[in-house]
Amino acid sequence: MVTLTIDRKEITVPDGTTIMKAAAQAGIPIPHLCYLKDINEVAACRVCVVEVEGSERLVTACNNVVKEGMVVYTNSPKVRLDRRRTVQLMLSQHDCKCATCVRSGNCSLQTLANDLNILHNPYTEMIERQPWDMKFPLIRDSAKCIKCLRCVNICDKVQSLGIWQLESTGTISTINVSGGRKITDADCALCGQCITHCPVGALRERDDTENVWKALADPKKTVIFQIAPAIRTAWGEPFGLTPQEAPIGKVADALKQMGADYVFDTVFTADLTIMEEGNEFLQRFLAGETKNRPMFTSCCPGWIRFIKSQYPHLVSCLSTAKSPQQMFGAVMKSYFAEKIGVAPENIFTISIMPCVAKKGESNMELYNGEYAGFDTDIVLTTRELDRMIRSAHIDPMNLQEIPFDSVMQAASGAGVIFGATGGVMEAALRTAHFLVTGKDPDPDAFKVVRAKAEAFGITEAEIQIGAATVRAAVVSGLGNTRRLIEAIERGEAHYDFVEVMACPGGCVGGGGQPIHDGEERAYQRGQTLYFLDSKSKIRFSHYNKDVAQLYKEYFEAPLSHKSHMLLHTDHKAWEMPRAPKR
Amino acid sequence: MSRLEIPTKGRSELVIEGLYRDLERRIEASPPGLCPVSVTKAFLELCHAQTCGKCVPCRIGLVQLSNLLSDVLEGRADERTLKLMEETALSIMDSADCAIGYEAAGMVYKSLIGCRDDYEQHIVDGRCSCTYSQPVPCVALCPAAVDIPGYIALVGEGRYEDAIRLIRKDNPFPTTCAFICEHPCEARCRRNMIDAAVNIRGLKRVAVDKAGHVAPPECAPDTGKKIAVVGGGPGGLTSAYYLRLMGHAVTVYEMLPKLGGMLRYGIPNYRLPKDRLDDDIQAILETGIEVKHGMRIGTDITIQQLREQYDAVLITIGASSSKTLGLEHEDAEGVMSAVKFLRDVAHGTAPDLTGLEVAVIGGGNVAMDAVRTAKRLGASKVSCVYRRRMADMTALPAEIEAASAEGIEMLTLKAPSAIEVDEKGVLKGLWVKPQMISSIKDGRASVKPNGEEDQFIPCQVIVAAIGQAIETDHFQQAGVPVARGVISASRFGNFSNIPGVFAGGDCATGPATVIRAIAAAKAIAANIDEYLGFHHEITCDVEIPEPEHRDNQPCGRVDLTEREAGERVHDFEAVENCMTECESCQEASRCLRCDHFGYGVFKGGRKTLW
Repeated sequence: MVTLTIDRKEITVPDGTTIMKAAAQAGIPIPHLCYLKDINEVAACRVCVVEVEGSERLVTACNNVVKEGMVVYTNSPKVRLDRRRTVQLMLSQHDCKCATCVRSGNCSLQTLANDLNILHNPYTEMIERQPWDMKFPLIRDSAKCIKCLRCVNICDKVQSLGIWQLESTGTISTINVSGGRKITDADCALCGQCITHCPVGALRERDDTENVWKALADPKKTVIFQIAPAIRTAWGEPFGLTPQEAPIGKVADALKQMGADYVFDTVFTADLTIMEEGNEFLQRFLAGETKNRPMFTSCCPGWIRFIKSQYPHLVSCLSTAKSPQQMFGAVMKSYFAEKIGVAPENIFTISIMPCVAKKGESNMELYNGEYAGFDTDIVLTTRELDRMIRSAHIDPMNLQEIPFDSVMQAASGAGVIFGATGGVMEAALRTAHFLVTGKDPDPDAFKVVRAKAEAFGITEAEIQIGAATVRAAVVSGLGNTRRLIEAIERGEAHYDFVEVMACPGGCVGGGGQPIHDGEERAYQRGQTLYFLDSKSKIRFSHYNKDVAQLYKEYFEAPLSHKSHMLLHTDHKAWEMPRAPKR
Repeated sequence: MSRLEIPTKGRSELVIEGLYRDLERRIEASPPGLCPVSVTKAFLELCHAQTCGKCVPCRIGLVQLSNLLSDVLEGRADERTLKLMEETALSIMDSADCAIGYEAAGMVYKSLIGCRDDYEQHIVDGRCSCTYSQPVPCVALCPAAVDIPGYIALVGEGRYEDAIRLIRKDNPFPTTCAFICEHPCEARCRRNMIDAAVNIRGLKRVAVDKAGHVAPPECAPDTGKKIAVVGGGPGGLTSAYYLRLMGHAVTVYEMLPKLGGMLRYGIPNYRLPKDRLDDDIQAILETGIEVKHGMRIGTDITIQQLREQYDAVLITIGASSSKTLGLEHEDAEGVMSAVKFLRDVAHGTAPDLTGLEVAVIGGGNVAMDAVRTAKRLGASKVSCVYRRRMADMTALPAEIEAASAEGIEMLTLKAPSAIEVDEKGVLKGLWVKPQMISSIKDGRASVKPNGEEDQFIPCQVIVAAIGQAIETDHFQQAGVPVARGVISASRFGNFSNIPGVFAGGDCATGPATVIRAIAAAKAIAANIDEYLGFHHEITCDVEIPEPEHRDNQPCGRVDLTEREAGERVHDFEAVENCMTECESCQEASRCLRCDHFGYGVFKGGRKTLW
């Protein structure tokens, strides 16, 4: 243990504790900006500088450890002046038009500048303006970037893709897509983790809300929404609502108030996915196809982009099932269009997803023209949904919890947990067990695949289904995924079935979810989903009566010709930029 | 599959490395008198080009400092700008993560504080007082302002006698300086920007070696004025020479049997052969200067008497006594100052050091003279004991190298702590306290004990070469101002309270170089002439060759070679060899003729008189 003094308070902390952590323990929060625990401890912003007695130059609190007898001042005149100057310097190269910034009110730089009472900036404004393809689902605004390096490190260390880099040196040093590429030519998975870890408004999703308003205003269009499972864990956060105060039925109410014709729960197609993918897995497993290489889940479009760019030779191991979003889009413009007697071209499908990659997925030409236009016309992130609620001046407190629309209304707890890492696997195993043995397992029999703690990694399990043993693995985060695939490639690991989610913790930690700087909420949100599952009337996808009805009326059976046409896809039918040589 | 690559340098890396070396040489060749604000901004931009871009203070702070410097340079600044600059620089110095940032800001801070007047002038007047007044770097840096491009051109054409005449316009010691000048002229030679400085001293050596005897110019008609010069060293003789050329009657008082001062009694023969020194002195005396030998001022004659007998008196007594170590037994037999040691050698009363161990204390040029002389006197082992490192020695690098080649032991980081004698008072050796190099103060690395025990250096002779002092007692009694051990004359060489008395050279500045003494003496000669009511001009009618256009392709510098070390340590003959004619032709052709090319053709290229 080490005893030191911070702002005249004597404290004792373990050896190796950083000054910032020690100060926090003493109830002294040291302002910081670039710091992200374990991910970005590079002391680039210099905001967390403190004065240490006996040292002329200031010391960064985030990456320097305490020493016995150290005397630290976190708010001395020198610290105050230098910290202000540093933030003013940063502001001189930041487009400070907060009124038109997506992160206004949730911007660490704005908060910091306000906290330091910076009311003017003596330095010349020098705004960098790099060109950017504004059609791409991920938008980077160089004018707002403060080069804190978080995006670089989250992509390098957590997602193992290295899409961003600190480019060039000297006067023109900046952040850009690595290797001199354009973002459209890069192997970006579109996970959006760089967005959710950006302290300012330099990174965001492409905003598609205006097109939604346009569709809602078009009397010829029947506007149908679907809402992904993970949305219910987080949409209320920016409004200060607890999970109890923010049931998903309130989002349905909000969308109806905005003019939606139908609102569905993507949990419905999650159940449909289980029917297709579960059956597909059993088919492949029983045929011995998974002896050497597993079948991978296919519901995460970030993961699909990853495997196509990093391990193209493994694409055939993917389940051919479309993602629940794309299945729903297809069903809306076929089965449901027929049901309500509306021409598919007059149906406008919008999905609300915790995800940026889903925007990319829905935009693919592959999914254009199967019926009428794209299967899913527009994808909104959770953040865009919240912005629509605000712009419609709807008070979330006054929303009523209303049911989703009928015909595709039923939803199982198994579909709900799709939003958490391990959820797809667990839901699939519940149904596979039934399909193999004809008996339902205990719904919680496979909880071994759930995340145990906030540190997401690789979870392995051997599951007994009837006479057979299924070797299963669950992984979230693309860095973890790369480790897992490398192990498979080297022959060190063998699985039959692998669930992959690009974002740490799964969709609940998705790149389209509300942003809380310095906090990781995926685990906590996942717990909400498991709670909802435990309280569900149905816990098995195969008991979703509306899914059963859909098969009866339309698809006949899982893996039928029709379902192959509408619910499955060819992952090789489109091109993804390949990973550069590492 | 291979995991690691063997590092090799890419083409652009090699090119940039080359450019860095070019830049280093360019900085070396920086002319004096540039606008400090402008230069600071340029330095800052180089520094900013080196930022990796990681941290805010360096990446943004430096460019904002550069903006503020632009504001100063372009007339948009006021006092608040300077305050913001200072604060910003300090903030970067405090909070940058690595030296790339904090040292860059530190440069701006030093410039802002140290050159405050220049910044103020920019913001107040909106303009800069700096002009390019010294277009010929070698001439600007030669204290005596010798016409260097002129004589190099003459050497190039083989007009050696004219070269000597031209040099003597500003410096009557061409031969002496050809051997031992510290050549500050070469430091910022513009040729550095291409490859390396011209070997200016080497070319002067060619001129003096090839010219033979060159008579001095005619003196001006007698003025009837009488001037006494006290001290026959390079300073005194320089003043005497020019005053005589101006037509005044000059008498030099010298306490020693021969003229030349430290040139004769301090600098060993192997560096400056006495017969070659006599070449200079002979030409000086040919002008008709009277010399009184064996006259010590204060003993044989007083300043007051001189003032009564002469129209003007010049004090150029040099710095001929020594500083002491402050150790017990310093008066023991075998312990002596370098001044005394070298003077005895020059007098021909050198001690026989055959088979003895000698320790010389100090790291300056005099220490090098002492060790090399001791070696030539037959010492079995000569050690140079210095408290700092080799790199900190003030001696010319060439001298240190030559001494090392001659087998001198360099005992660095050893501070003398005690002199040991036996019961009969006979010197046994020197105790030294081992030192470690430490913090840098005022640009010089300091030392402190490294914790090891004192070491013993057995020796029978100790020579202290730790600095010289000036015998000021008599002058102080006579009312000549003395401060901090030197005669404190004005920057014109006179005294406000004693009209007609002048002083210059080492006695007024402390020990310095021969060319500085010559430069001071030249200025004082002009001032004495003015004081006596005249305005004689010193000129030279040698016509200087017209410069030719050259492409100035990079070409190596011809260095003077030296006699083999093993051979030269056995005698006191000159160590350095001269250039051949084809070498001197090539070397002279390397001169960029800054008197003509560049600013020189417009202004300040040549001063033909003074």
